[in-house]
Amino acid sequence: MKAKSPMELYELLPKTNCGECGEKTCMAFASLLIERGKKLEECKPLLEEEKYREKYEKLKELLAPEVREVVIGVGEHAKKIGGEDVLHRHELTFFNSTGLFYDVWDTMSDDALKERVDRIQSWQKFYVGEFLKLDGVAVRNASGDPKRFAECVRKVSEITDLPLVLCSFDATALEEALKIVADKRPLLYAATKDNWKRVLELVLEYKVPVTVSAPNDLDGLKSLAVTFSQAGIEDIVLDPGTYPTGKGLETTLANFVRLRRAAIAEGQKDIAYPLLCVPMTAWLVYDNEIDAAYWETVLATIFTIKYADIMILHSIEPYALIPQITLVANIYTDPRRPVAVTPGLRALGSPTEESPVFVTTNFALTYYTVESDITSNNIDSYLLVIDTEGICVEAAVAGGQLTAAKIKEALEESGVEEKVKHKTLVLPGLAARISGETEEATGWKVMVGPTDSGRIPDWMEKNWPPK
Amino acid sequence: MARKFTLEDIGKLLEKYGVLELEDVKIEGDIELEVEGGVGVSSELLATLQAALQSSQMISQFAVQAAHGLFGILAIAKLAGYPVESVLQSLGVPAAPAAAPAEMAPPAPVAPAIPEELVAAKFEVGKQEWVGQIEEVIIGATAADGGTRENVVKIGGDKTLPFYGFEYQNPNPPRIAIDCFDMPIPLAKAVREHYADVMEDPGEWAKKNVKKFGADMVTIHLISTDPLIKDTPPKEAAKVVEEVLQAVKVPIIIGGSGNPDKDPAVLEAAAEVAEGERCLLASANLNMDYERIAKAAIDHGHVVLSWTQLDINDQKTLNRHLFKLGVKREDLVMDPTTAALGYGLDYAFTNIERMKIAALKGDEELAFPISCGVTNAWGAREAWMKESPIKEDSDWGPREYRGPIYEIVTGLTLALAGGNLFMMMHPGAAAVVKEVTQTLGGFKEVEKEIEFENWLTWTEK
Ligand code: B12
Ligand code: SF4
Repeated sequence: MKAKSPMELYELLPKTNCGECGEKTCMAFASLLIERGKKLEECKPLLEEEKYREKYEKLKELLAPEVREVVIGVGEHAKKIGGEDVLHRHELTFFNSTGLFYDVWDTMSDDALKERVDRIQSWQKFYVGEFLKLDGVAVRNASGDPKRFAECVRKVSEITDLPLVLCSFDATALEEALKIVADKRPLLYAATKDNWKRVLELVLEYKVPVTVSAPNDLDGLKSLAVTFSQAGIEDIVLDPGTYPTGKGLETTLANFVRLRRAAIAEGQKDIAYPLLCVPMTAWLVYDNEIDAAYWETVLATIFTIKYADIMILHSIEPYALIPQITLVANIYTDPRRPVAVTPGLRALGSPTEESPVFVTTNFALTYYTVESDITSNNIDSYLLVIDTEGICVEAAVAGGQLTAAKIKEALEESGVEEKVKHKTLVLPGLAARISGETEEATGWKVMVGPTDSGRIPDWMEKNWPPK
Repeated sequence: MARKFTLEDIGKLLEKYGVLELEDVKIEGDIELEVEGGVGVSSELLATLQAALQSSQMISQFAVQAAHGLFGILAIAKLAGYPVESVLQSLGVPAAPAAAPAEMAPPAPVAPAIPEELVAAKFEVGKQEWVGQIEEVIIGATAADGGTRENVVKIGGDKTLPFYGFEYQNPNPPRIAIDCFDMPIPLAKAVREHYADVMEDPGEWAKKNVKKFGADMVTIHLISTDPLIKDTPPKEAAKVVEEVLQAVKVPIIIGGSGNPDKDPAVLEAAAEVAEGERCLLASANLNMDYERIAKAAIDHGHVVLSWTQLDINDQKTLNRHLFKLGVKREDLVMDPTTAALGYGLDYAFTNIERMKIAALKGDEELAFPISCGVTNAWGAREAWMKESPIKEDSDWGPREYRGPIYEIVTGLTLALAGGNLFMMMHPGAAAVVKEVTQTLGGFKEVEKEIEFENWLTWTEK
């Protein structure tokens, strides 16, 4: 964004401190704007009152992210890409996680197509309090036949509401598909130096986002982007080509970095669009399925970190999906966000006075892992969440945030004493070191659980109820 | 045939829609609208129009007198990508032409603005200028330098961020050391099967790492010295180091058990028997008597690994202490701690990236090669657990493929952050990380040519 300080923004706000945005002062609101913690539109007076119109426009311009934000799809599954402001996540944060789109192709049988789309849309993995899911489907015109392509797109759109990328270099095929799904705001792939006129016509008519593609030709890529933007198109995605091995890969990385640097470090607006990467080119090199999926994951890793905003991938094997999606979650985790949950006692399931009392920390990753391990195995219990200042078990034991005294205090505050009659606590295996002290401090019997909460079900079988 | 749309035409158009005059509008230079299957609208005209529309006098002129006609002009402006809505809003004019009365003649249909040719453009971007450079550190010593290694390994020397060869060529590719231990240890199944035959014999284990798995270096972890494991005395542990030095000719890394009370004695004994071999001693850290590690390295000619836990300031502090004790700049490597994918990798990535950037920007206390304990990736439960403990998760699939890829992604991520040396365990993972870092570093010529566009029509065989 262009704004450099909250003061700059404050000057343009109403300065009435009316509080409608939920902040006490306009200055507080301004500081949140600059770190993108609040949206400008949350200042209602600014939005609604005529006299602020000009200032609103000015602010909008100052706050616009360096890389244009493009939305693919509609409704709850719509995927925002781009909108980035920094080159390194510690400088602020990365905002819109890399869109992971998995391919289907128009030469698949109906059954295979349905099965694959279902797998893509139902796939999920629990991580820090939420389920990670895949972002969309890329439909490839492998047949070269426009009718067949459109038919495949229709089928896919009947099975899923996930956003789509329509992939064909044939404008006729894209047009046939658009006739069916234009209202779902698919991303077109791609306008090239050969077909750009017809694709531009389509984009003007159907008002959908479009990829411009010029493999390993940044002048050509810019030329396409400028042409489209001068024709009034703003929702552009750039495809500089993804070469999977050797010098090609080295150059591909250079292209991604140089494009993003032009956008963010140099503010070159005419090339400041989201970047599209195609890790599935790994499949053009490797015949063996596992080698190909591994190398595809390697490419996805590189370009998750170095600036791809959307990727088209092929392998939907869990060994490829889990690391890919976890890496995206890690890289796009806001480094400024507190990673703690509220401490205190939680009842999981329907605990009785015979149910165990587990102890854990309030580090979000720890808490959600433990909580879901317990609930998904239907173990009725109490979970006593200690305020370890958002630190995981081992580091909190080492750093003194998880101590016998802390556990005693939490225990007393929780009132769990009235809820169970066994007076037994279960500590994490990694907190075994403080079990003796805890027993002394609390007067409760302390049992040491497994080191990984995933093993609590086994442990329960052997150890609960205590003899 | 293209029809030129001149200034006069605009005048006529405005007249047609009842616009009497455009106040505050200054039009200069060549302006033409081309009508032909498409309308080319010069940006100067539009800029002027917009400026005009935003001026307050125009509100009365346009909004009141000629709101209808406006849409004709604006339709053109809009097609050319102008923020018409916001202009209209600023005039207090409803944006949607649909609100216009029915009797209004629809504006003449205008074809989209598609030019004849692509707009020519050249992409350029500056280089990032750095003032700092990472120290180049040599591990291992050949006969010429008083050791017995067949080759040395150079790491660091970076002049730019990893793999930014388009700016400057960093001199040394990242290197890979494969772990071995002085006793059999519990390992994930996917790892264990590669080492089951050599676990009892550290020498054979080290040999296998080099001969079979292509390790650039070997790390011998003297884990049995931990008082809670076997409490092996330092002297005995040092014998294992001698054994490994005999078994392989590559440079070696010597690791303690991680017990801060025992490690100084263990590493002293090891440093002594490895005199002159320029091993990397792993490690000195703030919670131990690091002075003894520093001294052992200085006295016997080794390199020190300065290990801190995800904290830049701690890293600077420890480095400073080690230099005060006499360690030389070319004899220090840092380990800022590796956390596994999904289990703190974000901390490790950002920590390393920040250190590298700070060093390149000139912070000399951080300008050292970085070592990463990638084997930690196996701590992630996704790497080794048979299936998800969470019932709602989609199937996790076979774990023998999950584990290595966790190690690959963890290593590669840290390579992109700025890691120079990777301590790894799974041979397949080590091979992939080596292949990809060599490729990105520009050290790999081999290439299977592909036509990029072919991915779109590719089908599984
Ligand atoms: C990320 C990390 C950090 C981050 C912490 C981020 C955070 N918010 O917690 C930072 C950078 C802040 C950090 C700091 C330190 N760290 Co640290 N850190 C790690 C690291 C890399 C990952 C930890 C992690 O995220 N684990 C994932 C979570 C989910 O695990 P968890 O909380 O243990 O939960 C699991 C189990 O305990 C169990 N469980 C949890 N609750 C319960 C409950 C029950 C009933 C049961 C049965 C099971 C159970 O199941 C969970 C899922 O598997 C580890 C090394 C590693 N790879 O493990 C070192 C590590 C934990 N850190 C360590 C140390 C020493 C420190 C510091 C003391 C370093 C220093 N000198 O400053 C500081 C302490 C800071 C403080 N306490 O104030 C050591 C601890 C060694 C030890 N055994 O004492 C480790 C192991 C690294 C090492 N090998 O030295 N660290
Ligand atoms: S809503 Fe707007 S005017 Fe009111 S306090 Fe917030 S920023 Fe200020």
